[in-house]
Amino acid sequence: MSSRSLQKFRRNPVALVGAVIVLLFILIAFFAPWLTSADPFQTSFSAIRKAPSAQHWLGTDELGRDLFSRMVFGARASLMAGLMSVLIALIAGVPLGLMAGYFGGWTDSFISRGTEAALAIPFLILAIALAAFLGPSLINAMIAIGVSAAPRFIRITRGQVLAVKNEDYVQSARALGASNLRIIISHVLPNIMPPLIVQATITIATAIIAEASLSFLGLGLQPPNPSWGSMLNTAKNFMTQAPWMSIFPGSAIFLVVLGFNLLGDGLRDALDPRQAG
Amino acid sequence: MIKLIIHRLLIAIPTLILVSLIVFMLQKILPGDPVLTLAGEERDPVVLQYLRQKYHLDDPLPVQYFAWVTQVSQGDLGKSLRTDLPVTTLIAQKLPVTLQLASMAMALALLIGIPMGILAAVRKGGWLELGANMTALSGMSIPGFWLGILLIMLVSVQWRLLPASGFVPPAQDFWLSIKTMIMPAFVLSTAIAAYLMRHTRSAMLEALTADYVRTARAKGVAPARVILHHAFRNALMPIVTLVTLLFGELLAGAVLTEQVFTIPGFGKLMVDAVFNRDYAVVQGVVLCVAVGFIALNLLADVLYALINPKLRHA
Repeated sequence: MSSRSLQKFRRNPVALVGAVIVLLFILIAFFAPWLTSADPFQTSFSAIRKAPSAQHWLGTDELGRDLFSRMVFGARASLMAGLMSVLIALIAGVPLGLMAGYFGGWTDSFISRGTEAALAIPFLILAIALAAFLGPSLINAMIAIGVSAAPRFIRITRGQVLAVKNEDYVQSARALGASNLRIIISHVLPNIMPPLIVQATITIATAIIAEASLSFLGLGLQPPNPSWGSMLNTAKNFMTQAPWMSIFPGSAIFLVVLGFNLLGDGLRDALDPRQAG
Repeated sequence: MIKLIIHRLLIAIPTLILVSLIVFMLQKILPGDPVLTLAGEERDPVVLQYLRQKYHLDDPLPVQYFAWVTQVSQGDLGKSLRTDLPVTTLIAQKLPVTLQLASMAMALALLIGIPMGILAAVRKGGWLELGANMTALSGMSIPGFWLGILLIMLVSVQWRLLPASGFVPPAQDFWLSIKTMIMPAFVLSTAIAAYLMRHTRSAMLEALTADYVRTARAKGVAPARVILHHAFRNALMPIVTLVTLLFGELLAGAVLTEQVFTIPGFGKLMVDAVFNRDYAVVQGVVLCVAVGFIALNLLADVLYALINPKLRHA
């Protein structure tokens, strides 16, 4: 980030709030075992569906497990899914987008038609279908979400490459005899990074909601491992008896997604003023 | 105009073929022998061999694809393993329910998103804009299924105002149908309303700085008329395109909304099929949504040409 962009980012209170929220959740996920003394897997038949108290800050669930402790460990599944699926989407999408934009012609037609076809299937429907066919697990959910999000990165990368490929610095590199690979890696890629970073940040937010949705449907992390989405799946059966079981995990998803969305907006204003809306 | 539609239709064909290829490949990523999935509990080798032949599972992939795509193009999406009904029948039964839900959600999203976007653009820099922006960001960030759970707890359980779940066909009792559907429709509309608000806002901000708006103001046209008649009509163009595309998002969001509110629609059909390992139904739903989305895209292009005189003769 250039110093001017950094300055712009620092002066944007909304973006800073986003960054703080995201950082907070990353710290919670990282230091989970030190934040809670209760075992997230320890069931207790004398403490079933207890309301929040001094002993159980956020209450207990239908098996008497400590909700705070499950929430703290659930942050790991959520953040991991968000980051890993976007990483998968970037690894799959950016090279294809670079090739389509840079080489044009048949390569472009082939990749672009494929991207359009994949984009015709709504993101979440494709992710659910892929997760269903791959089988329920956190890894498969991440793959399903990552693959479903990849077409967005193909499209945005291709568009950006088209915008910079005839710039003088690319042309002069070519005139100097640089190879295509070298031009792409050292001249094109660095110049299209800002919109990719913005898109990646916003897609982390989408991916976290998608992981929670898949887990809510039973297609994500499997019980008894704690994930916010699957906690909500159980909680919806105890809405009247134990409302805290729904309120806390949902608030956590909402907050972390809001954090990434605020951060994405702030980064867009700072890095990519043309796109700022 | 006709030329434009034909041109777009021709472009849609390769997309359709590729979509069918993606949907076909879905069943190929199933771990294990697909015959065992098709056979359910049955393990008799004679039956397995029969199924293998019936579904062309021994043929090379391209042959399998052509057999499948020929069948699909004749309107045969296969049979549901669980109910033994044709997938097309199941989809035809459930689709109207989801269309009602999605249409109501779109109506709510337009009613909420567009006025909020206009207000945020007109009151740029004020508290109203900040409030509208934060509401939109929250709408984008809240998981719909959680909002649904919260609303059921509050509106249905605490206040006993609206039914918590189910579906009543509008032909049977119109008002009860609307009453049952309004809460799920609101939940489904939040994310879309947020997008609409943000896009309306930026389209309006751009339109408000245009020369024709300055001219209208200089002529002494009433401020409200400048905003609605001059600026908004021009900002409308990208919004119309967006609305048709967001309809596809609504179909996807309906999957979870229907699950939370136990609405017997398209999305519930897909989720139930996922759990019953009824793969033909999952494929059918994905294919239908994709075809619907391509049709909506086409509609968006045509609408865009209709409201933009510059493109009308293209």
